[in-house]
Amino acid sequence: MVTANKPQDNYKKMFEQAREQVQSRQEKSRVLIGTASCGLAAGAEQVKESFCREIESRGLDVEIIEVGCIGHCYAEPLAIIDKPGFPPVCYGYLDEGLVHRLVEDFIAGDDPSYEYALAALERNDEFPTFEDFPRGVYEKKVILENCGLTDFSKIESYIAREGYSALAKALSEEPKQVLEEVKAARLRGRGGAGFPAGTKWEACMNSSDDEKYVICNADEGDPGAFMDRSILESDPHLVLEGMILCAYAVGARQGYLYIRAEYPRAVEHIQKAIEEARKKQLLGSSILGTGFSFDLQVFQGSGAFICGEATALVNSMEGKMGMPESRPPRLVEHGFRGKPTVLNNVKTFAYVPLIVNRGAKWFKGIGTPDSPGTAVFSLVGKINNTGLVEVPMGTTLRQLIEEVGDGLPEGREFKAVQIGGPSGGCLPESALDVPIDFDSLHEAGAIMGSGGLVVMDQDDCMVAVARYFLEFTQHESCGKCTFCRLGTKHMLDILTGITRGQGDDQTLQLLKELSEDVRDGSLCNLGCTAPNPVLTTLKYFHDEYKAHIEEGRCPALVCRDLILYYIEPPKCSKLCNVCVGSCPTEAIYTRDDGLKAIDQDKCVKCDNCRKACPPEYNAVIKLSPPVLPAEKERKAK
Amino acid sequence: MSLIEGEKEHILACVKEVLGENTKTRENLIPLLQQVQHKLGYLPSLAMEKIAEGVNVPTVDIYGLATFYNQFRMNPPGKHQVKVCLGTACYMVGGDITLESFERRMEIKEGETSPDRLFSLERVACVGCCTLAPVVVVDDKVEGKVTPTRVDGIMLALNEENGKAAAEQKPDQSEGDDNGHS
Repeated sequence: MVTANKPQDNYKKMFEQAREQVQSRQEKSRVLIGTASCGLAAGAEQVKESFCREIESRGLDVEIIEVGCIGHCYAEPLAIIDKPGFPPVCYGYLDEGLVHRLVEDFIAGDDPSYEYALAALERNDEFPTFEDFPRGVYEKKVILENCGLTDFSKIESYIAREGYSALAKALSEEPKQVLEEVKAARLRGRGGAGFPAGTKWEACMNSSDDEKYVICNADEGDPGAFMDRSILESDPHLVLEGMILCAYAVGARQGYLYIRAEYPRAVEHIQKAIEEARKKQLLGSSILGTGFSFDLQVFQGSGAFICGEATALVNSMEGKMGMPESRPPRLVEHGFRGKPTVLNNVKTFAYVPLIVNRGAKWFKGIGTPDSPGTAVFSLVGKINNTGLVEVPMGTTLRQLIEEVGDGLPEGREFKAVQIGGPSGGCLPESALDVPIDFDSLHEAGAIMGSGGLVVMDQDDCMVAVARYFLEFTQHESCGKCTFCRLGTKHMLDILTGITRGQGDDQTLQLLKELSEDVRDGSLCNLGCTAPNPVLTTLKYFHDEYKAHIEEGRCPALVCRDLILYYIEPPKCSKLCNVCVGSCPTEAIYTRDDGLKAIDQDKCVKCDNCRKACPPEYNAVIKLSPPVLPAEKERKAK
Repeated sequence: MSLIEGEKEHILACVKEVLGENTKTRENLIPLLQQVQHKLGYLPSLAMEKIAEGVNVPTVDIYGLATFYNQFRMNPPGKHQVKVCLGTACYMVGGDITLESFERRMEIKEGETSPDRLFSLERVACVGCCTLAPVVVVDDKVEGKVTPTRVDGIMLALNEENGKAAAEQKPDQSEGDDNGHS
């Protein structure tokens, strides 16, 4: 078996070269700036310019590298300073002044300014690392391990940390080995449904057709979820390697990445990664000198939520409208161009190189027996540490919110957590001890979905939330099934009515029945899960629905037809005019006695005045039901 | 929306160029439409007709695709494009209020372009920057934590850029005389 070692030998050479190159770069100080979409939005570009300017003006020899997202989005813009002799230190909330200080004291001088640091990245005697915080205790980074720490634009930085070694290992063995490993690891698809990847791959491998396809589903359309984007932007080669391994296992020669057009930066990074991999003969014909050939192409999705559904995605790639098909035939039998096709989510592919390298046993050692591995969540909403987190399956929602996310901001009271996007549900406090895995969440009425997790507090109206999600799914319904097309429309009308205080006893009953009918009468998961937000809020927050209908009151003071803005006379300062200036419709006027008041006919309830009123007065309040207090009526005229 | 002078020729030339560079198959339709929209900024009906001719499919199929997918737009984009994110996180913290503020200031509704084609306003499902909610994308630049007051600031900057003297506008109080009457 002389030829069997060829890929390993070829890889070894490549690895040595890359390691040398990376090590030589590490001899001088480096600044790593997080410039994924989230970082850029927070001003990473300006931070980078400041670093460049400060470093240049001092004539320092420092390399500035753009990296992806390390998941601590609450502290963006972020940078890591890696200076020889010091542990690499991560700094957050950067601005021009802080950059000046860091360059002067740390890079030019020798003071790491720990008072501004978030954490160190390596164990040391001076400053704690991320693992030393409560979040680090629960967090287990597997596929996010290198996100935000390495230069995504250079293939060498991926190879130098043994990237593509799983491919070299697999190529020196039979394709079946890869499949066996993935099957033994019980890797379940991370797109949301949790279908075992190994079973899917095996069916495709067993097909006698010699034209097969591998497709990566990166059509992350759930509002509130952004982990796929982050992985594609921060560690593109990990996904590519996973796809190549899959292709080798099932015998495909062509693959596609279906990335939504709203993620231009992810498309750009992946395209660059594909080019670099081709140059290194890790992609294209005779990969690593073997007889195996496989190539990849990017297909840009056009913004249709339904295309996250596998059959709809394939239809869309064939130039048709993205409408789902009934299954069977499944995609592994009759997929893209009618050929056997494996379609998996970004995260599913990202696990594969790690499983091949470290073995199924390692993977099963993380998480629960039925859902091994980790789960990636985007924590957003009323929570302190917003960002991307990766925890082992089986972690409870309470741990995730209170420990990993550091709880709710001060003065906020937990009300519900929305999990799984428009297809998921809202869970109340009592359900927080549910462990996170595919099956437990399903039982609680939510779904794993893509992993969006929105924390809500007393200021969020559950009826409005249910209406919001339904509006989304109603708009995105492709129109194929009657229940989904018309049922969701009717449900939306009912919910809109409730947010206006309309409805009676039978309204809620009708809404519930309709929800069940839509769930049972739709073909694909979009329709089947669309009623979930309504069903869960009806179940857990029935009182809120009732308050809207029976009292015309929105307990969270959100539904705009049921509230009004009012300036409390005892609190108003008389001398300040901030609210008057802030009003876009000139609804606020000064009364004869000097107090400010709101002309309710002109008010558009934009919340500007309430935000503008200085905190020491806090005179603008919302009232529900929308009835003015007696004092106002007496003195207004 | 009616075409302005010289636009017809531009559309024809552009479609011809895109069709010349690509394989004219049905499977390639979405990339074709994406490229034409990338060049023109939108899909005028004339362009859809010409693509249908070039690929040899019924025009109604092209129209079907263009209306099915959210990415394609039928209105020409404004010189300044504002996209308001209404993803979950943005909605929870008042993204709809931000959208309304823009509608009021621009005097157009979501999905429209102002008659002088200076502004267009859209809502998007999620731009994936949920931690900075509410998010607005102004001419491809992402702005985080946008309040109604910030909307006025953004509009002021855009108007200034448009060469409209700031003096003409009374900041904060103007009821939005932004459209310029021709």
